Amino acid sequence: MADSCCSATRNPFTHTETPAVSVAIEDLSKSFGPLEVLRNVSFKVEPGEIFVLMGPSGSGKSVLLKHIVGLERPTGGRVTVDGRAAAAEETREQIRMALVFQAGALFNSMTVYDNLALYPREHRIADEAGIREKVMRALQILSLENAAEKYPSELSGGMKKRVAIARALVMEPQLMLYDEPTSELDPVMSATISEIIATLKDQYHVTTIVVSHDRDLALNIADRVGILMGGKLVFLGTRDELRGSADPRVVDFLNPKIDLANPRFKQLET
Amino acid sequence: MRTLTRVLEGIGSTLQLLVRSLSHVPTLPRQWGRFIEQCYLIGYTTLPIVAILSFFIGSVLALQSGYSMENFGAKQFIGSLVGLSIARELGPVMCAILLAGRVGSAIAAELASMKVYQEIDALETMNIPPARILVLPRLAAVLVMMPVLAIIANLVGWFGGAIVAKYTDFIAIDPPAYFAALRRFMEFKDVLNGLIKAEVFGFAVVLVSCNIGLNTRGGPREIGASVTRAVVTSLILILVLDYFVTKALL
Ligand SMILES: Nc1ncnc2c1ncn2[C@@H]1O[C@H](COP(=O)(O)OP(=O)(O)O)[C@@H](O)[C@H]1O
Ligand SMILES: [Mg+2]
Repeated sequence: MADSCCSATRNPFTHTETPAVSVAIEDLSKSFGPLEVLRNVSFKVEPGEIFVLMGPSGSGKSVLLKHIVGLERPTGGRVTVDGRAAAAEETREQIRMALVFQAGALFNSMTVYDNLALYPREHRIADEAGIREKVMRALQILSLENAAEKYPSELSGGMKKRVAIARALVMEPQLMLYDEPTSELDPVMSATISEIIATLKDQYHVTTIVVSHDRDLALNIADRVGILMGGKLVFLGTRDELRGSADPRVVDFLNPKIDLANPRFKQLET
Repeated sequence: MRTLTRVLEGIGSTLQLLVRSLSHVPTLPRQWGRFIEQCYLIGYTTLPIVAILSFFIGSVLALQSGYSMENFGAKQFIGSLVGLSIARELGPVMCAILLAGRVGSAIAAELASMKVYQEIDALETMNIPPARILVLPRLAAVLVMMPVLAIIANLVGWFGGAIVAKYTDFIAIDPPAYFAALRRFMEFKDVLNGLIKAEVFGFAVVLVSCNIGLNTRGGPREIGASVTRAVVTSLILILVLDYFVTKALL
């Protein structure tokens, strides 16, 4: 554990030189039948930036991420990655994007090692020895060396999450998307993940979008922050602007008071 | 009307999956491991039950035809009747039905669970087409394994008929006479006919089960629904295809 933060700051990958990409969300709307999940959301993420998207559960953050990797198609508006339509199949071939799924989405029939090795094997990025090196390095960064031969069903929730991050690292992506990477992790591991996210960005200029409720993460590593509520973007700004925001919705979201005299669930009833 | 559009949609998406899988055929040599694994799985799960069932089907056929042909004094033709029915019709259909029950259901369950737990989504974001690594090796494996299963069904079924023909009092035909009759009226083309059928049915079962698994939507409860749908659709498809393939091969 103690070693993990330091190996992260060392150069973890012999990275191929690839330019970072930008992401543009323009007037994005999404409905599932009658359910309107996203309403006219617009923002732009610059190449090499860390953008943190916050917001209460069910506000549409995961759905928004899926639009960026092309797993969902907009009902209205446009999502482009480096100027190319995110939903187009060619975009996926030309730009390496990795999404760390909220639930991990590990391949349950494969060991942790094979989960990580699948991408380089299928895309014939290196020979088996080269792949082994990449995989072991990614496992080391997330202190998972001992889990290499385990199956996902044998891992705890937090370990699954780290494996999912390691699997994304092996892809050496130009655009890295994390869906709640620090939920289910202990505070030290959460801090480690924040460090890894920031390090990848510094060293490789990876464009990063993080969906998270983690205030420490947002206030420490975000270049800019967006807050989504009820499918609308209610805040967009730098982390300093976030700290200084006087918007009651933002203030209450970041520092919810636990008020036993006047509990929220009772306010809802009246 | 709704069911009609659903059936048409199903046919459309199945054909699309077929085309997508076939477009990855050049990657097949690299997927040797997956192909062998699927061959093993199909053989391992279906062979024993295919053998048991075809033995009894051969026996029953011999019994029934012995009983009814005795009246015509034609019981020396039992061998031909058992041989032809199994080779041309019962062998392939039975293999396909067992394949649907054991392999089709397993494929639908596995792919549906991968879909529900977002493993399929993960593959797509990794730009690894599911048709390439999940569907193609299974299609190739079933094409190799179906003839093997059908030939075993034939041999065991014929053998089962021979035993019953010998040891049933009112039939009492010795194996040499039984197999002579079997050979007299059966040509290689009859066996080949059956193998082609088995091939068509097996391919259809695997393709449809893959497609239903991959198109699962919703939560874990839908996995069971997909399995049922895959087996039922496969069974219907086997019987419908049987008519058309039989007609085409006559
Ligand atoms: N495939 C889907 N079909 C129908 N509704 C969906 C689907 N995916 C998400 N939703 C709904 O969209 C809303 C936002 O979901 P999500 O983006 O997962 O929220 P979160 O911000 O917690 O990640 C939820 O109300 C959810 O029920
Ligand atoms: Mg979510």
